[in-house]
Amino acid sequence: MKISYFHLMPYQDLPRDFESKHRSAWVDLPNEHFDPEKGGQYYKDYIAQLQHADSLGFDGICVNEHHCNAYGLMPSPNLMASILTQTTSNSALVVLGNSLALYQPPLRVAEEMAMLDIMSGGRLVAGFPVGTSMDTTFSYGQVPLQLRERHSEAHDLIMKSWSERKPFAFNGKYTKLRYVNIWPRPLQQPHPPVWIPGSGSLETWDWVLNRNYVYCYLSYFGYQRAEKVVQGYWNTVAERGIDDNPHRFGFLQLVCVSETDEQAEKDYAEHVKYFYQKMLWIYPPFAEAPGYRSIYSMRNSARAQTGKETAKAALEMGWKDYVEKGHVIAGSPSTVREQLTDAVKRLRIGHLMCLLHIGSMPDEIARKNTELFAKEVMPGMQGIFSEYEDPWWPQALNKPVAAPAVG
Amino acid sequence: MADFRESMFSLRKGKFDIQMVDGGSGPDLLYLHGEQGFSGWAPFLDSLAENFHVYAPAHPGVGESLGLEHLDDLWDLVLFYEELMTALGIEGAAVIGHSYGGMVAAELAAHRKGLVSRMTLVSSLGLWLDDTPTLDFFTLTPSEEPKAYWFNPECEAAGSTFAMPDDPVEKQEAMIERAKTLSSLGKFIWPIPERGLPKRAHRIGVPTLLVWGDSDTVVPPEYAESFRELIPGSELDVIDNCGHLPQYERPDRFVISVAAFLSR
Repeated sequence: MKISYFHLMPYQDLPRDFESKHRSAWVDLPNEHFDPEKGGQYYKDYIAQLQHADSLGFDGICVNEHHCNAYGLMPSPNLMASILTQTTSNSALVVLGNSLALYQPPLRVAEEMAMLDIMSGGRLVAGFPVGTSMDTTFSYGQVPLQLRERHSEAHDLIMKSWSERKPFAFNGKYTKLRYVNIWPRPLQQPHPPVWIPGSGSLETWDWVLNRNYVYCYLSYFGYQRAEKVVQGYWNTVAERGIDDNPHRFGFLQLVCVSETDEQAEKDYAEHVKYFYQKMLWIYPPFAEAPGYRSIYSMRNSARAQTGKETAKAALEMGWKDYVEKGHVIAGSPSTVREQLTDAVKRLRIGHLMCLLHIGSMPDEIARKNTELFAKEVMPGMQGIFSEYEDPWWPQALNKPVAAPAVG
Repeated sequence: MADFRESMFSLRKGKFDIQMVDGGSGPDLLYLHGEQGFSGWAPFLDSLAENFHVYAPAHPGVGESLGLEHLDDLWDLVLFYEELMTALGIEGAAVIGHSYGGMVAAELAAHRKGLVSRMTLVSSLGLWLDDTPTLDFFTLTPSEEPKAYWFNPECEAAGSTFAMPDDPVEKQEAMIERAKTLSSLGKFIWPIPERGLPKRAHRIGVPTLLVWGDSDTVVPPEYAESFRELIPGSELDVIDNCGHLPQYERPDRFVISVAAFLSR
């Protein structure tokens, strides 16, 4: 199993009473609340935290794309990854990812990711999310009903541009190019591993499995609540007669490690609360533009995990609820290891992503969490599922890992 | 009540199957609905059917109407409606378009001489004023809709035609139908309901009546003034104490005004 360090790069200083004055931390929160001086410091801290994770032995470091919001300050994850290509050397660079429908021509993504792959010595994992409704339909004005088709067409163009060695013409519905001929091209052959993050849309599973990619479920409501959705994914894998290699699946989990269970609450409760109460404060219509999900998905899958109702539930919750419900796996190293191992085995997580900087965590607290995790929790865990090969990982980094000493 | 029928009308060898109500006697009249969706044989249609043969289709992707996947842009949409009118044998009909339907009606009139004989645009989309943006109705929650759409959210139609059912299963179906309607129309008006009509409006050579509620907060009355400037010879009738849905909120007043204009 691979363990990656996932960063959202949140805005840490929203006014205390912001959620009573604004309907959303995304789309229409006025940027008068963004302090560029503070922003500069966040970027310094956050980039250093990702570098720190690389030096501590995380298998991967993850960046991601969001727009017009206080939740994640990476409109361009590629800018962040670019720095990391030159200042890290061990971890895979998991760009999770670029929202393909937002780029015209989408070839820009093929080019930038090729640059990142080369600059990192073949360490790139290419994530191709559809993107949230807030990011794509509202902030970037994409027609909801065409978003998935546009994403899929962009994907086809990018993959072909990575594999063809002669110029070709691409006559798509959304993109028409007489000459497709990217320079540079990626180092990894035939192409960097592709991961698709999703929030449980049924049609995404088939799309991913048809192409033999990794499906990532990015949940903020913990492995317990995710279990039903994830089981649905594995059932689909089984129904289609595809092998159940755990590396087909990636999962994001919030994790807080401290010396003891009690100390974890003291160290992290405030920042976790900031995350749930402020970062996920989303005006429900922004979370689901009409047409963003298919009617089939509306009828058959779980409700979108974002939205005021969930935020409202989280608002009324305290540390104990977050921990008991598994939204956050928190406590002493042994508590965390035990629960995380249980989650990994129950959900068959081959690619675990841990959110260790959460909400308003200042640098020193985030580093404590990261360091304790890397030194006290991670060792031994990476050997889980070592009997399976991982073809969805940069092959230059695919070293054999010892099985865990204790099963 | 006038006799009317509910039917499915097939077009382009079955690529489209369009849900429709039609009835009444007299000259042909096509009604194009707006973002509130298809509501069948509404009372104002029944009143108009005394003097006209009224046709009211559901837009592709709305209600039972199928074929939206064959339409990618406004050009496709206009040609679709041209073909529909031809197939129904109602070229040269009078057309009433409400909100989104008004935008479609105006494009049809600008598209080809003779397709539309007289036109009524009700609270119509199709233009954009930076200083007076139209309301982003895509972001309304069901509980915010009454206040946005009606001058008097307690009026009769507000409580019947467009009320959310209480039964949870019916409510979920209503929510899905609402999302279906908005997403289908969104294909042509997301994120801003303006697709170059001002460039083409000078081609609208038919008598045009603009009907607006004085308290329309979705497409504020400033838009009526802009349409009047753009469409040569158009007339404006502002209905007082009325929101975005004059044909439902003040049906009697609406029908008198529109029937008189269309019968001239």
